[in-house]
Amino acid sequence: MAVERLLLGIAGFSAFVCVWSALSVTGAVPRQFLPAPWDVVSRALALTAQPFAGSTLQGHLASSLQRFCYGYLLAAAIGIPLGLAMGWYRWLDNVVSPIFDGLRFVAPIAWVPFAALWFGTGIGGPIMIIFSGAFPPCLINAYRGARFVDRRLIEAAQMLGTGSFRTLTEVLLPACVPSIVAGLRVSAGLGWQSLIGAELIVASAGVGYMMVQGQSNVSTPTVMAGMIAIGIVGFLIDVLLRQTESMINRRRGLA
Amino acid sequence: MSGISFENVTRVFTRDGKDFLTLDDVSLSVAEKEFVAIVGPSGCGKTTCLRMAAGFDAPTRGAVRVGGETVAGPGPDRAVVFQQFALFPWKSVADNIALGLRNKRLSRGEIDAKTADAIKLMGLAGYETAFPHQLSGGMQQRVAIARAYVLEPQVLLMDEPFGALDAQTRVVMQEELVRIARLNPRTVLFITHAVEEAVYLADRVVIMTRRPGRIKEIIDVASIRRTQAWDRHANVEDVMDLESFVHLRSHIWRSLREEKGGSER
Repeated sequence: MAVERLLLGIAGFSAFVCVWSALSVTGAVPRQFLPAPWDVVSRALALTAQPFAGSTLQGHLASSLQRFCYGYLLAAAIGIPLGLAMGWYRWLDNVVSPIFDGLRFVAPIAWVPFAALWFGTGIGGPIMIIFSGAFPPCLINAYRGARFVDRRLIEAAQMLGTGSFRTLTEVLLPACVPSIVAGLRVSAGLGWQSLIGAELIVASAGVGYMMVQGQSNVSTPTVMAGMIAIGIVGFLIDVLLRQTESMINRRRGLA
Repeated sequence: MSGISFENVTRVFTRDGKDFLTLDDVSLSVAEKEFVAIVGPSGCGKTTCLRMAAGFDAPTRGAVRVGGETVAGPGPDRAVVFQQFALFPWKSVADNIALGLRNKRLSRGEIDAKTADAIKLMGLAGYETAFPHQLSGGMQQRVAIARAYVLEPQVLLMDEPFGALDAQTRVVMQEELVRIARLNPRTVLFITHAVEEAVYLADRVVIMTRRPGRIKEIIDVASIRRTQAWDRHANVEDVMDLESFVHLRSHIWRSLREEKGGSER
């Protein structure tokens, strides 16, 4: 089964590359609009060796990842406790939910002008953009975990004489771990997407910035190399979090 | 000093703006170290009685006292065994049992010793580090009983504890409970809708009416158990074959059937 799935995956990927190559080779799409796969690969390799727009590809990736980590950790640090508290205390839910439900439909990219204005185009602005992308799933999942926690577990803890603070740390928090981790996974994906979006406009380094510079130099292979790097890194982040998630669920007998 | 008393307890639930009278003026007292089982049709409020003794719920009128004190909230002097076990899935067997002891701020050595005793008592040796999902339903309920017993509570509140188990496991657990109750008698309030189980385990069986729940009849099983010497028989099935047992069981069945018939009319 696993082998079959792998083969099908490879087949799909190969077909994609073949169609792409065919379009370039036959000239069905002009080269300046759609660079050939080998042009993109050689450009990506070149970017790892010689700096472009101030830094190499891995340098840009490193500064993107750094921003991502700051914004993501900030979103988790605020979103998870706030979500848990909202799930636990009904009054807080009533206070925060209307504001939150209104704001979460504003796309992260819409915050760009204010992010730049308030926090600058260096490190602060992009962090705010990724925060606005990564925050809602953190909060919503922690909230759902706490709101729909098995009441019997809370009652069991209470009858065992667990105090209210320790009920939070010993029971509520561990009971919510699967939903928190699920939230962190969704949040990482959205955060990574919004970060690149933000870097297209704000920032002076990073993969998004590199792509904008590629665009103004009419270097389509550079833009596409950036896209591929984003895809690969995003995929790796997701794999890492998915592994963590299934490890935690296995331990609980959920998987 | 550790009996349970329900004094003119009435409980009204409100749902969608409508009032539902669930318990209507129930008075019952369970003596210290007495085992009382409550049977009754579904929705008669028997679980509500137990939840009020546990402190998860409070009477609309009347009072529930344990050991003379009005119940104000849940606490380790009134350990509960739930039908669905309610074990902490992220804690090992030993950690599930130890949580209540840790809350009492005992020393590490005492916690380990008491946990080990409870594990031995409930036949859980070798499963200390297992997680609940790795155990069968019967074993999970053993953990839940150990978790309750290890606190040496004044009273033990059991809410259909064997209701989720298969028939054979159920019989084994009933025998286990009798064995443990003899080693270490406690005041027990036991909710069930299995009549045989109630007669086999309890000193007294309380039969409740359909909603609104009232006490219909209280049957003294202990005196019959004594005079008919049920305890000579080690196995559930031998006791259940005795004429005196069958007679009691049929009596309770008939009494419950009247209630059931009433609710379906």
